[in-house]
Amino acid sequence: MRQLAAIAAFAVAVALLPGLTGSGVVLNIAIMTLYAALLGQAWNILAGFGGQFSFGHAVFFGTGAYAAAVLQARFGWNAWATLPAALALGAAVGAFIGTLSFRYGLRGSYFALVTLAFAEVFRILANNVQFTGAGVGLMVKLQPGAAHFQFADKAGYLHVILAFVVVGLLVSWWLKHSRYGAWLQAVRDNEDSAAALGVNVFAVKLQAIMLSGALTAAAGVFYVQYFQYIDPSLAYGPAVSVEALLGPIIGGLGTIWGPILGATVLHLLGEATRGLVSSLPGVNLVVYGALLVLMIMFLPRGIIGLVK
Amino acid sequence: MLHIINFAHGAALMVALYGVFFLHQKAGLDPYLSLPVMVPAMFVAGYALYRFVVAKASHGKDENILLVTLGVAIVLENVALTLWKSDTRTIETGYTFTTVAIGPAMIALPKLVAFAGAAIVAALLLAMMRGTDLGRAIRACAKERQGARLVGIDVEHVFAMSFGIGLACLGAAACFLLPAYYVNPQVGNGFVLIAFTIVVLGGMGSFAGALLGGLLVGVVESIGGLYLGESLGQIGIFLIFIAVLLFRPQGLFGARA
Amino acid sequence: MIEAVSLSKRFGGLAAVQDVSLLVHPGTITALIGPNGAGKTTLFHLLSGFLAPDSGKVILEGRDITGLSPHVICRLGMTRTFQIVQPFAAQTVRENIAVGSHLHHRGRREAIAAAEEVARRVGLHAQLDKPASSLTIAGRKRLELARALATGPRLLLLDEVLAGLNPQEINEVLPVVRGIRDAGVTVLLIEHVMQAVMNLCEHVWVLSNGRLIAEGAPREIAAHPQVIEAYLGHGTAERLLRAAHA
Repeated sequence: MRQLAAIAAFAVAVALLPGLTGSGVVLNIAIMTLYAALLGQAWNILAGFGGQFSFGHAVFFGTGAYAAAVLQARFGWNAWATLPAALALGAAVGAFIGTLSFRYGLRGSYFALVTLAFAEVFRILANNVQFTGAGVGLMVKLQPGAAHFQFADKAGYLHVILAFVVVGLLVSWWLKHSRYGAWLQAVRDNEDSAAALGVNVFAVKLQAIMLSGALTAAAGVFYVQYFQYIDPSLAYGPAVSVEALLGPIIGGLGTIWGPILGATVLHLLGEATRGLVSSLPGVNLVVYGALLVLMIMFLPRGIIGLVK
Repeated sequence: MLHIINFAHGAALMVALYGVFFLHQKAGLDPYLSLPVMVPAMFVAGYALYRFVVAKASHGKDENILLVTLGVAIVLENVALTLWKSDTRTIETGYTFTTVAIGPAMIALPKLVAFAGAAIVAALLLAMMRGTDLGRAIRACAKERQGARLVGIDVEHVFAMSFGIGLACLGAAACFLLPAYYVNPQVGNGFVLIAFTIVVLGGMGSFAGALLGGLLVGVVESIGGLYLGESLGQIGIFLIFIAVLLFRPQGLFGARA
Repeated sequence: MIEAVSLSKRFGGLAAVQDVSLLVHPGTITALIGPNGAGKTTLFHLLSGFLAPDSGKVILEGRDITGLSPHVICRLGMTRTFQIVQPFAAQTVRENIAVGSHLHHRGRREAIAAAEEVARRVGLHAQLDKPASSLTIAGRKRLELARALATGPRLLLLDEVLAGLNPQEINEVLPVVRGIRDAGVTVLLIEHVMQAVMNLCEHVWVLSNGRLIAEGAPREIAAHPQVIEAYLGHGTAERLLRAAHA
């Protein structure tokens, strides 16, 4: 209950942010942080709660992004209407990869490599298929108005991404307080023991990758609406896969607040280094990579592990 | 070999390529003559990387090794980007455009040297694995880590040595590669998954398997490129990679564990 | 209760279990004994669905369960513990046991309440909030037992639940196992601690080199010439007799 109250307080506080500052720069940082947090929350479901480390979450992100872009640009769908379709496709891709990987017992780094390879396969396909716009990418038509998922000011986007993140928080809370969550964490810690206690290990992992895939696809839909453009490298390139795992690892794996905490720390650090040495490209990524290495070496339980 | 999956392999190759590039640029050293500098330097770097970073980060889980080497790769790649920008650089030597006729085929000399160099490195590695105490220790650790520890093998040292040898090979590869290739901060990325594919295809820890796997990947890439075009052609490699991991994780040539 | 019908399992050239048929009666504590490498744990794997037999059948309460998955078998009322304890190390004792009790309780609150009840039965209630990784070996063995019990089994397979415990700890766990049986759960256990076998069990099966070589009441087994000569050795036989009279 305390956690639910904290989630509500978080939602209200962030929602009021545009009232405090009209600065587009600040709001943009907040939006990109929440967007990274959403990716992290989705990844955290599968890796943090389920123990299955994916290195190719771009496969779900890109699928969601392309589902939205293609349905809007080619079929004239309303942007909001593409959201459920994108979620379903993200879950379907998750079911496909999960069925193959878990049926054949892939674990640990082998699972990570297979997800990475799937993301590459999708990237190459998107690069070569005409209806995704191939290498040129797809532009979404400018149609201002909340009814079209496009907002004149940043506040609108902030509220939408905040809503997604709150859903992610509620899902994480549910995993901590439900039978399914207990089973998923049992599978993470020991598959044989879980099976002996009546847990259908395959089904639990499959449901986790579908849930994670759907939530990641939501981030893809948001990306397309915010930037109104997608191409194969943005959609399926390794950058998204890395962004998804950085937040939870730095904040705290398998925790409710870890992904948000990690994403916030990363983005603030990134902005700070960019502010200090703005002329040098890639310097914020150096910080991200170094932080990843240091966290795994010295704080494998993340920042939250310090508090507990 | 030891089931350490090193994500930083591509980035390390990139660093080695820059090393060769600057040795040529600043010291006027021929790429092939950089070998005695690059190989030991990369060996030391690899040994240290394992000892001081990877070993301390693993906490007994192989996912952590994957993550920490990913972090190292991100750092290396972006340090390169910061220092040297994203420009693609090549070097020109007296023999860059020399070709050699072998039967009916005209082959660029640098490519021929690269091929011969790779063959020699492979032969040396094979000899080392078969004939030296270190090689035997590596194989022992690969088979049975706990047992190797019990018979008095310093397992951490063996792991660090093999990590160092892996990077030393990259140092050699960079010397052979640069005259026929180029370098930029992202150059290593293309090699990471291909290297994994080759190793998985051949069977983790199988030496002949890796060579055959390399050959197969080359053939698949060429045929794919021929029939599907340059960019779609790469898909074959990844599909093979996925299929092998799923259906024959011991590799095409490995024995079922 | 459970019946194995000529079960066989080979690993490459090794015949781990050969043509084993055995029967466990409801409401009893039955032991499966034999030297290391006799195939006891393999037999447990076959009974509980972790391995599929090459041939033969497993019948649970009249129903053929051969080849079913472990989680399905658990839902049918049979579960097992592991020789090498496998706690969910990142979770507390309460959360560990609740994984088991969730099998029959969907709600979190009911599952936790049921878990606490089971913890009381096995003497873990003082340690409910501790992380499972902080427990001693004895504590982990109890946790293994508690998790399995929490699934509400009618048949429980215990793989060396006493191994690694000191005599005092063994004496504490024995009444727990007896209490489980008294509550109506049939128990089949693999055990090396003969004192426990003699004290607890109504019936004993002896496995050697993958084959059953004897069965009977503990005293009969202790006096069984084939068991003594071919397998246990004279010293062990005497100890068994002494234990039986103790």
